[in-house]
Amino acid sequence: MSASPLVARGDSELKLHADVLVVGGGPAAAWAAWSAASQGASVVVVDKGFLGASGSAAASGNGVLAVPPEERERVIAERSRVGQGLVDVRWLERMLECTWQSMPLIEQWGYNFPKLDGRPVRNSYYGPEYMRVLRKQLLGMGVQILDQSPALELLLADDGSVAGARGIRRQAHTYYSVQAGAVVLATGGCAFLSKALGSNVNTGDAFLMAAEAGAELSGMEFSSQYAISSALNATVTRGVPYGWATFYDASGNDLGGIVDGRRSETFLPKALLEGPVFAKLDRATPEVRAVIEKSHFIAFLPLRKAGIDPYTQLFPVTLVLEGTVRGAGGVRIVDDDCAATIPGLYAAGDAATRELIAGAATGGGGPNAAWTISSGQWAGAGAARFAASLGPLARQRKVRGIGGVGLHKHQETRPSYDADRIIRGVQDELFPLDKNFFRTESGLTASLAKLDDLWQELSQDPRLDSVRDIERARTAAALTATARWAYRSGLRRRETRSLNRRLDYPDIDPNQRHYQVTGGLDQIWFRNEPVRGAAPLASASARALETP
Amino acid sequence: MIELVSTSRCIGCDICVKICPTNVFDAGAGEAPTIARQEDCQTCFMCEAYCPADALYVAPESASSVTVDEQTLSDTGRLGQYREILGWGPGRKNNSDQDTAHLLRSLRGPFRR
Repeated sequence: MSASPLVARGDSELKLHADVLVVGGGPAAAWAAWSAASQGASVVVVDKGFLGASGSAAASGNGVLAVPPEERERVIAERSRVGQGLVDVRWLERMLECTWQSMPLIEQWGYNFPKLDGRPVRNSYYGPEYMRVLRKQLLGMGVQILDQSPALELLLADDGSVAGARGIRRQAHTYYSVQAGAVVLATGGCAFLSKALGSNVNTGDAFLMAAEAGAELSGMEFSSQYAISSALNATVTRGVPYGWATFYDASGNDLGGIVDGRRSETFLPKALLEGPVFAKLDRATPEVRAVIEKSHFIAFLPLRKAGIDPYTQLFPVTLVLEGTVRGAGGVRIVDDDCAATIPGLYAAGDAATRELIAGAATGGGGPNAAWTISSGQWAGAGAARFAASLGPLARQRKVRGIGGVGLHKHQETRPSYDADRIIRGVQDELFPLDKNFFRTESGLTASLAKLDDLWQELSQDPRLDSVRDIERARTAAALTATARWAYRSGLRRRETRSLNRRLDYPDIDPNQRHYQVTGGLDQIWFRNEPVRGAAPLASASARALETP
Repeated sequence: MIELVSTSRCIGCDICVKICPTNVFDAGAGEAPTIARQEDCQTCFMCEAYCPADALYVAPESASSVTVDEQTLSDTGRLGQYREILGWGPGRKNNSDQDTAHLLRSLRGPFRR
């Protein structure tokens, strides 16, 4: 392991100006940048990794909820049912329309969709190729991309609006700052460094930065999404092939788990809490194999590398936490431009709450992919308009960094915290199925006591000797903050509504059909917001936490 | 995790250094990049996808480091496997049009009556 050299400060800091700054490097960031640039704005994108390889979309393939008009009524009814009362139908409709209109653009930019009867079918993508095409398009439009440049804090202007960000160029070993008319946060959600496919760049950065600016979060209790993976790999989180699996215990007994013709959602977590679980895709016919090997090649790649034939050989499986990435919580947005509650700040993709289109359920796959395309464009255009409204004033504003925890050393002699230890401490509370998948008041309360202690520890000075130290110190803060919002929200929602699975409150409570808005750092606050325009649940008394 | 940068195959382009989402590599001055921060590797396989020389190997094990043998990996077609699936690289045809996700809905699930 080589230590990176010390970070140079002062004169060597890169200083840029732009109308719109987009923070992040996945599809939501790319669509936001495209949209802002299309409005004539100058755009800088900063990403901790590489726009093209960063995030959960690039590292896989995805379905996209791109639905032709004649099928929308059915899809809206289905998504509203799954979202358990928290879907806002107006937002779902506008997402479906925007996504449907946008898919042909991807083709124009060079993506080669599969054909059916000679016509392109534009409702899924291979991630690496999709993101390669988006990057090429942005560069062609003159968008400036700073890769390997994690943002560390937002800049606030003296007029009270968000006006840029400051971060570190981790391969140039210098700080940078981008002063901008408006900022789009598109850094993804938070999977707590679980290694769920491609998501270790998604560390809740947007939540921490937004909260420091005084913005609000919503739906953070919907942060308990897990996905199945082979245990040897414990990374590739693609469930579809397992639809044709049989699950066995260590003695080779079929564990069953089928309720009403489908696998119970709680079957696998319960089985894994009992002991090791093995899978074999022995129900996949040759016809099925031909499809899933091409649609979900990434699920087969680790198995092929390990020399496992999943159709004939048993292999151990596990559940990997995807947190809010395939959950639903995020920065609260308050208008059709995906504006946050602070002027100049916008959120898109998994950084924003997806309750509006996914409700209390996972937006995993198709809905979230459609959300990146549509929310990215709305946020990018909204940010461009906000920047334009400032005119030349934008560059004259005085700005200051507003990041706090994990950023600054106060004295050389103060003790410093161990970021790796704090990260492990957060993971110890967030990863276990019996703490996060199945939640209880006593469990959440015990975890929060530990998470609050970790937050307290973060008030010590960070160690900032290398670029990795600087990044890691701030990541520890973002993970701890996100975990505290997630569990406090889960504790406060005394019901089981989709992803917030409370063993002590196993039913939906019609009186809790609202959004939980939260924020604050040392002191976390809450407020309820009503759901607008969503259809009421068909059967509110239905037992939500099914028992196989 | 990333286990191999083949010095015999590497052409020193440093693309893996530039594209790694978690900054695992350090550029080697005129030589092959080094795996400088293996513990930060998230096993996303993106470096394999981007390596024009099929010089990288990411082992499927994401939680522990394993020993690999370059000759065996080469003989069993495991170097460049991901690029082959994607159809990335000279002389290959991009495979994005081979995506079958739209056919999933037409498949009968095994448990439905």
